[in-house]
Amino acid sequence: MSKQVTLTIDGKQVTVQEGTAVVDAAKLAGVDIPVFCHHPKLEPAGMCRMCLVEIGRPMRDRATGQFVMENGAPKIQFMPKLETACTNKVEEGLVVVTQSAKVAEGKNNILEFLLTSHPLDCPVCDKGGECALQDLTIAHGPGKSRFIYDEKRHLAKQKPLGELIFLDQERCIQCARCVRFQDEIAGDAVLEFDKRERSMQIVSRSDPGFDSVFSGNTTDICPVGALTTADFRFGARPWELGSQASICAQCPVGCNTTLNTRREAKADGEIIVKRVMPRQNEEVNEIWICDKGRFAYHYAESKNRLTKPLVRKDKKLARSSWDAATKLAAEKFSKEKKDFVVLASGRLSNEDLFNLKTLADHAGGKAYLYSHMAGGELTSLVGVSAGTNFGTMGAGTTILVVASDLYQEAPIWYLRVKQAKERGATLIVLNPRETKLDKYASFKVRYEYGDEAKTVHDLAKKSKEGDALLKSENVVVLYGSEGLGVLGSQSLATACAKLLNENGYIGKPNSGLIGVWERTNDQGAWEMGFTVEEDLAKALKDKSVYVVGADPVNDDPKLAKALEGATFVAVQDVMETATTEIADVVLPAQAFTEREGTLTSGERRVQRFYPAVPVTGEAKPDFAITAQIARNMGVILEGTSASVVFDLLAETVKSFEGLNYAKLAEVKEQLPIVGRGDMYYGGTTYENKHGLGVHLSAAATRGEKVSIPRVQKEAVPHPKDKELLAVPINKLYHRGTTVMSAELLHERIGEASVSLHPDAAERLGVRAGQTVNVSFNGASGKAVVKLDSSIDEEIALVPRSMGLAIHEPVAVKVKA
Amino acid sequence: MTHILLRHREIPDINQLPVYKKSGGLAAFKNAVTKMKPTEVTDVVKNSGLRGRGGAGFPTGMKWSFIDNKNWPHYVVANADESEPGTFKDREIMEGNPFQFLEGLMIGSYAVGANAAYIYLRGEFWELAAALDEKIAELEEDGYLGDKLFGTDYSLRLYTHLGAGAYICGEETALLESLEGKRGQPRVRPPFPPSVGLYNKPTIINNVETFANVPMIMANGADWYKSMGTADAPGVKIFSLSGRVRKPGNYELPFGTTFRDLIYKHGGGVQDSRKVRAIMPAGASSSLILVHDDNLLDTPMDYLEVRKLKSELGSASVIIVDDTVSMDWLLNKTVHFFQHESCGKCTPCREGTYWMSHLTERIHGGQAVKADVDLLLKVAKQMQGKCLCALGEFSTMAVVSGLEHFREDFDNVVKAS
Repeated sequence: MSKQVTLTIDGKQVTVQEGTAVVDAAKLAGVDIPVFCHHPKLEPAGMCRMCLVEIGRPMRDRATGQFVMENGAPKIQFMPKLETACTNKVEEGLVVVTQSAKVAEGKNNILEFLLTSHPLDCPVCDKGGECALQDLTIAHGPGKSRFIYDEKRHLAKQKPLGELIFLDQERCIQCARCVRFQDEIAGDAVLEFDKRERSMQIVSRSDPGFDSVFSGNTTDICPVGALTTADFRFGARPWELGSQASICAQCPVGCNTTLNTRREAKADGEIIVKRVMPRQNEEVNEIWICDKGRFAYHYAESKNRLTKPLVRKDKKLARSSWDAATKLAAEKFSKEKKDFVVLASGRLSNEDLFNLKTLADHAGGKAYLYSHMAGGELTSLVGVSAGTNFGTMGAGTTILVVASDLYQEAPIWYLRVKQAKERGATLIVLNPRETKLDKYASFKVRYEYGDEAKTVHDLAKKSKEGDALLKSENVVVLYGSEGLGVLGSQSLATACAKLLNENGYIGKPNSGLIGVWERTNDQGAWEMGFTVEEDLAKALKDKSVYVVGADPVNDDPKLAKALEGATFVAVQDVMETATTEIADVVLPAQAFTEREGTLTSGERRVQRFYPAVPVTGEAKPDFAITAQIARNMGVILEGTSASVVFDLLAETVKSFEGLNYAKLAEVKEQLPIVGRGDMYYGGTTYENKHGLGVHLSAAATRGEKVSIPRVQKEAVPHPKDKELLAVPINKLYHRGTTVMSAELLHERIGEASVSLHPDAAERLGVRAGQTVNVSFNGASGKAVVKLDSSIDEEIALVPRSMGLAIHEPVAVKVKA
Repeated sequence: MTHILLRHREIPDINQLPVYKKSGGLAAFKNAVTKMKPTEVTDVVKNSGLRGRGGAGFPTGMKWSFIDNKNWPHYVVANADESEPGTFKDREIMEGNPFQFLEGLMIGSYAVGANAAYIYLRGEFWELAAALDEKIAELEEDGYLGDKLFGTDYSLRLYTHLGAGAYICGEETALLESLEGKRGQPRVRPPFPPSVGLYNKPTIINNVETFANVPMIMANGADWYKSMGTADAPGVKIFSLSGRVRKPGNYELPFGTTFRDLIYKHGGGVQDSRKVRAIMPAGASSSLILVHDDNLLDTPMDYLEVRKLKSELGSASVIIVDDTVSMDWLLNKTVHFFQHESCGKCTPCREGTYWMSHLTERIHGGQAVKADVDLLLKVAKQMQGKCLCALGEFSTMAVVSGLEHFREDFDNVVKAS
């Protein structure tokens, strides 16, 4: 703990850490000092001059060095000019005055200056109602401007910085929060100022414009309506919005969010989600979310939502009742017994997955997680658990990232890992190709696709990376599925778990294994006992299949064929999909925005989400539908209350022991203080009033004996002449159902692509941008060629969920 | 008199290395490196009373002694941005007597233990930078720059760097930002460059003229230097004289020379033999000195005496204003300069200079009313004490003093309303 310093702010004594800025110390003392450019997450800039205060220091006698005393207290000598509270650090005995005529005049002056250039378009401004400039002008500003209105500058009102974020140049007050966020926090320094004096303007220096997956955060911290998202601008007034706590369901990070909702004429008078905002959780996402989380929420209001149960009659799906539909499903599932298969998605809640797994167990069937990444039984054994906090990782901790492009797969983890490195942690990045995280790596290790497990195994042997790792007090390993299928990821996970287990990095805070899963609650499914199947097509063929939240028919022709050969298919989903089209029974599920539940993040934190909008049609929560089917099969499952399902789950699954909804909803004070009435300080992010979540216990923390199985040798196919080794990689923006419903993201998603080394492209006679045919294992598809000189010549990178069903390394032929 | 800094005026070709050496050049540097401890060099400069010539007049030796010796490496930077309107002395030094400046820079680098020194020149000085590069190459060839100089462990290299034409880059922290390849915008101070400077390392920044004094001080001693000038400011200063004088130019004179001597004895008097009405002693950044009384011209020029006239000596770019000049024109000029040169970083300067420029434009254009003149003064005053760096403050100096002293000039051009 660093040194504490006591100072006086407006007569209140406050003790804070040495190095704290006066403005932040004031916040802790409950004194609001208005700011525009200062932000508690950014380095001080001293630009806007709004935080002017009077600062005095105890006088010392020059000769003796002793305090000069006056009436029994040190005499305070005040600085002749007003000082900025953001650039002055606390000092012992410092006296700060924020409420005086001089300070009031200073604030008034600065506001008058800012308003000389700022348009008075509050009535049509998206920020109106949550605008720092508006609020502070009302509180401290002049009632009238002495600046002649005609002399105001007129500038671009709708300048796209990219297709996601728009700049209103007139409204910008040049505080540089956005520029500094991109530089200091995001590490994508794509914004900067152009020109100087009053002509100074924010510009994007990237192609495509504002090329950063964190761009939306700049609109939260913009103190005026200069930066707005293409998604929300002109969409609603902030005061019309309802707000409900939620959890982002796009990736395994589990960012805490707030859903802003409004009744909407465009949605036939329904209440819909208008925007997704970050909600503070300093251990998870601080006050940030990525653009996928911010923009890819529209599927819940899609026209393709399922609203009623359907049953196939005369080869056509026809409207049915819940009773009839669930009875039919129950009948078919009961009949098949051992041939009953549950195929569930990791975007379902813990409660849904618990009921599904219980049903499968009772019926004697199988429960598969719809994923191409294995190793979850190991994260349950040696995963991170209580006390783990990315926000405190620094010197003494090694973070090993293997086979994952974190920027693309779990952007907020990318930020956390980058920060930990900046605080002194050792970062080792193992990947076959360059990823964005490389620039922060203490050590980079390249390997050939297929050598993942071997590379991790060899690391602990004599190597400088291994030495650094083994010297650390704590080690966290994040492993992903770049270039890996089920078998490969299983081997890699085993090698990682062995490394941690053999060197004592389990069962303690800030140590353990983290899976960079494809979906938000894959970890939850693993905790429940779901497994992944290497040959899923085989596992589905001739079975009675209950598909929940997944669309295998669209994803993979092999699976489509397998399901055609199934004896019975019930599909439970929120939207019509290619899989519902071939179903015998279709069961409409509620979107996560319409119900409550819990999700388990990749770092094994269980968090609650809450209903934000009314239910669509007759849709029911997944766990309730499963319970209804179960009842018809003679199995009693809880089907009405999510919290009761959770209680049963906590009694059954060891790692959940002792947890309940009340505990998950607990909060404690978080710093910095944001999201209260003072949006000028932290931005429009929300305060967390609905729960910080709780870590699951791991076998290692429960003191159970941990034994890691032997690493299975990986087998990577060897491409023949004129073939390439296609490896799947993960992209943030892909063609998945939830992402595609956000039209705004289509430009970023792009088309199915295949990345080749320039020499390979030349040898094959194809060029960048050309559409080629990629064939493999008897299947084929179209893809656009991209060139990437950082990969080997025999490699073809194929992003997952973009149309080509390549889930593991395969030999492919690429033809023009 | 014999020049100390502008020695090229007496010694032809002193900008050639052999001539400079023959005139005693580089002996001081060699002596310092081979026979003196760095702190001894600093002490000599400290004892000489040399004050920085960039405008603030901070004691040079004291600045050098502030260098943080717990943090390495150290850097030295020569501020050759010379961008204050009315200042043109550094250019003459670098053109006419470049080696003396370079030697001063080299001695300063040795004094603070820097192995690399940068000369930051304004973009328009590109020809000068090329010439300096040649001189630096000659010094390297001749063994005065490079590794292990004169058989000691001390190594030094000099580099020139061109700015991109911004006034603000004369401000030392903006200069450092620019030198690092970033936008030229001032940093928050403290920390000051001797603790946290270039690339966040301890850095000494001095003006070209300051460095040019150093070899002469080292060669002739602190007492010799102190024998010139005043107690407040020992030594000589180059006064860049301009405005309505007959013979504008650089005049190297001891501190304490009176305005009268500068204008009449050296500058040939005011054009058309008119009366001096006002003086801007520090270029566009000056408060205007109202010459209401002829005796005021007998004020000796040093930092202390000029401050008594409620102005600053600054870099001594003395601009003479006579009674043919209307102050509304003068203010409009200076305000437009500052408006154009404001870096935009802090609110009061960015918005205030913009606002003032509209007001002075309107006043000078005869479209203003009396209230606009009052407002101009209020806007200037409300900028004061709130800006991030000195540029913002400077922009108000001429405005406030001009309006206080010459209100009638403004009232004459406004509409009766």
